[in-house]
Amino acid sequence: MITTDILIIGAGPTGLFTVFEAGLLKLKCHLIDALPQPGGQCSEIYPKKPIYDIPAYPEILAGDLTDKLIEQSKQFEPGFTLGERAETILKQDDGSFVVTTNKGTEHHAKIVAIAGGLGSFEPRKPLIPNLTNFEDRGVEYIIKEPELYRDKKVVISGGGDSALDWAIFLSNVASEVTLIHRRNEFRGALDSVEKVQELKNLGKIRLITPAEVKGILGKEKVTGVAVEKKGEDAFIIDADHFIPLFGLSPKLGPIGNWGLEIEKNAIKVDNALDYQTNIPGIYAIGDVNTYPGKLKLILCGFHEATLMCQSAYKRIFPDKKYVMKYTTVGGVDGFDGTRKEAPKAVVKAIE
Amino acid sequence: MQDINIKITDRNGKMHEVVAPTDMAMNLMEVVRSYELAEEGTIGVCGGMAMCASCQCYVKSAHKLPEMTDDEDAMLAEAFYVEDTSRLGCQIQMTPEMDGLEVELAPEI
Repeated sequence: MITTDILIIGAGPTGLFTVFEAGLLKLKCHLIDALPQPGGQCSEIYPKKPIYDIPAYPEILAGDLTDKLIEQSKQFEPGFTLGERAETILKQDDGSFVVTTNKGTEHHAKIVAIAGGLGSFEPRKPLIPNLTNFEDRGVEYIIKEPELYRDKKVVISGGGDSALDWAIFLSNVASEVTLIHRRNEFRGALDSVEKVQELKNLGKIRLITPAEVKGILGKEKVTGVAVEKKGEDAFIIDADHFIPLFGLSPKLGPIGNWGLEIEKNAIKVDNALDYQTNIPGIYAIGDVNTYPGKLKLILCGFHEATLMCQSAYKRIFPDKKYVMKYTTVGGVDGFDGTRKEAPKAVVKAIE
Repeated sequence: MQDINIKITDRNGKMHEVVAPTDMAMNLMEVVRSYELAEEGTIGVCGGMAMCASCQCYVKSAHKLPEMTDDEDAMLAEAFYVEDTSRLGCQIQMTPEMDGLEVELAPEI
């Protein structure tokens, strides 16, 4: 079992900044995120897009913001459970919590901070009638173990970066790679598009456009897919695996069943005080919460994280006296033994 | 400054006649959200960057709409329930020319 002071659900900007603020109070954090990398929407949906309302940054790319937040939190050595979704929560007799993920990883924490944004990212599934029957029997929405495809016939559909990148990667692993897209144009990094073109010319990737997968064949496992090319009769392609890559969309998911007060797909919190939910010890910060006048802005998430950590500290140490210190005055002591502090002024007499 | 009238059919098939301002740099997705015609969290997920298709709608009237950008076109190429009349609401700005626009929201994904 993983133990920590504050368990943060969601490793987006708000969750990452919580690690820093908690660290200043000597509280240790662990983060759970359904995505395989930290950064939330900033790294998943729009890493190359600029943000203009982060204080002191006239312009910063969402991906760079994530990198800087990770760098800032590093000295407080956060733990990560990535690629897993927080599924259940159990309050213990001593007021602490055990949160278990969809893969059974257990986390024990004194405080839970939900910084879940719009929810956990779930794959968008194309509208193929028998698709779900073949999940984990040849249909995968996320590629976790590339070796699974060694010497297999693979059909990928989609027109974005992940479809292109995986088609390129698997062309060296699978015995056959077919890429199917509704358009002739792909939207992805230019070099990926060019690489696919090159592999197509070499006969290492079969490209079928404009076309769509309309059905899946097989009994126990996928044995083929039915493809419809615009203006032509449907035809069948032999396949061991069908990988639809149509991006991810966020869903509030299991958190919605934790007994928290929900309003408009968001968690109601006490904004007069500390962003605590209706369950003491569980906080909700960033885009996932709601209160009168709520704005879903990264900078608001930072503020909420800061106040939430103060409240968490008081909850964990009810009898301790605490006074907020400016980092410029007190410096920053990392859990990794590093210390940052303002240089001391030099005192020298003038003769 | 001029307000315009727009007809929006929600995901349950109910039609709403709403008034939208043209001087607030608002787009159709934001109009839908401001009138709460679709549940929060199910529309405008990416915030209006043409990167999620949660604001997809079908245009029912014959208005001349702003030209589709490559971003919108590519996003619709990956979206579901796409029809010839599909557009992303976040890419349709509220201008005086949009007065009388009629749209229907595409199903939630």
